[in-house]
Amino acid sequence: MVPLSYYLVLSGILFACGVAGFLIKRNIITIFMSIELMLNGVNLSFVAFAAQWHALSGQVFVFFVMVVAAAESAVGLAIIIAVYRTRGTLNVDQVDLLKL
Amino acid sequence: MTPNLHLWLIPVLPLVGAAINGLFGKRFSRQTIAAIALGFSGAAFAMALWVATHASLLPVLENLAPWIRAGDFQVDFAFYLDQLSLVMLLVVTGVGFLIHIYSVGYMWEEGGFYRFFAYLNLFMFFMLTLVLASNYLVMFIGWEGVGLASYLLIGFWFTKDSAASAGKKAFIVNRIGDFGFLIALFLMIKHFGSLNFVQVFRIVSGLPTEAAGAGLLTAVGLLLMVGAAGKSAQIPLYVWLPDAMEGPTPVSALIHAATMVTAGVYMVARSHAIFDRAPQALMVVAIIGTLTALFAATIGICQTDIKKVLAYSTISQLGYMFMACGVAAYSAGIFHLMTHAFFKGLLFLAAGSVIHAVGGEQDMRRMGGLRHHIPWTFWTMTAATFAIAGFPPFAGFFSKDAILWRAYSSPYGNWVYWAIGVFTAFLTSFYMFRLWFLTFFGEYRGAAAANPGDEHSHSSTDSRAGAPAPHGHIHESPRIMLVPLVILAVLSVCGGWVGIERFDKFLSPTFHAGATVYSAEEVTASTPEPEPKEHGGSEALFTGISVLAAASGLFLAWLLYSRRPQLPREIARALGSFYEAVVHKYYVDEIYAAVFVKPLIDGSTRVLWQGIDRDVIDATLDNSAEGAREVSDAVRHMQSGNLRSYAGWIAAGAAALIAYMIWMGTR
Repeated sequence: MVPLSYYLVLSGILFACGVAGFLIKRNIITIFMSIELMLNGVNLSFVAFAAQWHALSGQVFVFFVMVVAAAESAVGLAIIIAVYRTRGTLNVDQVDLLKL
Repeated sequence: MTPNLHLWLIPVLPLVGAAINGLFGKRFSRQTIAAIALGFSGAAFAMALWVATHASLLPVLENLAPWIRAGDFQVDFAFYLDQLSLVMLLVVTGVGFLIHIYSVGYMWEEGGFYRFFAYLNLFMFFMLTLVLASNYLVMFIGWEGVGLASYLLIGFWFTKDSAASAGKKAFIVNRIGDFGFLIALFLMIKHFGSLNFVQVFRIVSGLPTEAAGAGLLTAVGLLLMVGAAGKSAQIPLYVWLPDAMEGPTPVSALIHAATMVTAGVYMVARSHAIFDRAPQALMVVAIIGTLTALFAATIGICQTDIKKVLAYSTISQLGYMFMACGVAAYSAGIFHLMTHAFFKGLLFLAAGSVIHAVGGEQDMRRMGGLRHHIPWTFWTMTAATFAIAGFPPFAGFFSKDAILWRAYSSPYGNWVYWAIGVFTAFLTSFYMFRLWFLTFFGEYRGAAAANPGDEHSHSSTDSRAGAPAPHGHIHESPRIMLVPLVILAVLSVCGGWVGIERFDKFLSPTFHAGATVYSAEEVTASTPEPEPKEHGGSEALFTGISVLAAASGLFLAWLLYSRRPQLPREIARALGSFYEAVVHKYYVDEIYAAVFVKPLIDGSTRVLWQGIDRDVIDATLDNSAEGAREVSDAVRHMQSGNLRSYAGWIAAGAAALIAYMIWMGTR
């Protein structure tokens, strides 16, 4: 049996990678993938806890997160296409029309 | 069960007229407007006459609807008619109706014809409410309402600055008086628990006379007098009335001579039960009346505007009425009120006819010799002039003589009142005949004779803008204006023949409560008169003296203004600064401006506006808005529009939150 802490450490590393990618990368697609990475890091900790405590609710939560992530990527990709069409770029530093 | 007199119809009829003309009059023709206004005011007069035929039923109380009920205190919409209000009712509706007729002719060329008649009918409604009220609160509605109508009509030519400010002045000065009236009402509610005339007077008549120390009744009486002084233009609140001459002349005749300004006299006479038991208050009324009579008469001598002379004359005559009320000779005061309504209304209407004839000129120095051009106006005005001067057998003689005699012979009377009264009668006669000679005799000195160039520099205060310059064709007024003149002239001649004795007797049910107070034994007990008062022979002597005073006034006016017209200028030069003071109305307006108006304006400007409003209220808002702006100025740099910096903030926030939770967890 793999100890719980291993899972949690991996989950933390995945989440941190996601955050770092989110902050550093300029391409929207990459940022989007970083978000997915963070979500999956969280998912990992959910299932780890669920296995540890023999509780199903954690696994149910993971399904919910997946559904939300799928919906989010559908909407997000649509937005990305719209941004690309209007701005002609995927660099987020150039998508700054809301700036004062 | 008394038959229903439907008193409520009398005030409501003019109100209906006012409503129709005021709401829809703009679309009506002038004929229709005049028909509506005359119809409804005439109907009110007819109702009043019909009611007068039922005089045997008086007093009548007509309760329409409850208004205020609070515990034991109750005020109703109710009308009350007794002999006193019947006299007022007939004067108001009668003179009012005649002036309505006159106004049709006078205002025919004016813009806002419907507005004028709507206001005039509205005034009638409020005045009749005032007169018919059965309690002080309903009276107060009328009291305020006539003030409103007066304001609207003084400022009828509201595009003219002087008219608009004259209206405001009248309204504000009246507010001061109304303040006193209101306090008096509050005192009555607190101490008598009622505002109903009958109830209040019943309670009051159970109280002892406050001869020595001044008490509640004196306070109530004095406060009522403050209200009356405001409405009836007595010292020190008379200043609004001369300015009120900015209004159209029929308005001056109706509101500022015949009816509204007498409301104060009516109110004092109505409240006689209170005044009878407050000799100090009564004395104040008499002193104010006497001083006002004298003071206004001296100013009247030096006025050159025909309407201003009549305005000061009105103030002076109202002073007589208060003098009469102040010596508890209420019926004499009301008698003078009635005759005054006839002859002063006529004087104003005739003056309006003169102004009409000479094309809007109001300065008497620019009139003269008009008697051949406008004979009807001349003869009617002559009747009124003799009436006000107090020549027998004209109406003014009887009422003024009654007042002067009572001023001396009443238990509250004093030879000082009488002496000032007679001197004022002399002054009255002098300034009225001065007006008469200047206007109707001698050579015409008007625009045709003078240099036409300066016609507008001496422009009249009556802005009859559409009136053509006279230039030789001085014309008599149309018949619709002359008929009221003639009727009022007849009344000015005959109105006094009823005599004070019969009048006294007619009013005695109203003043009966008062009569018991100054019965014989109380007279000897309470009057400090040095000599016993004889009736009969001495009364005739007094009458002779007052007629002599009137005659000498006539003679002096003839001497100065007809016989030797250069003499007044020399006298004026000889009197020097005193003459200057009188011409400037004793600088009262200037003093009021310096003492009351200017501090008020300065205080409002510096303290209330610049201090409180600008530096406190506005500053609080401005500074908090400025603070919010500065803070947001500082933090707005966070919102760079850079997506990754937002993400960085979120991550930093999340990290801070996690650190906090860990820190909390490890404690």
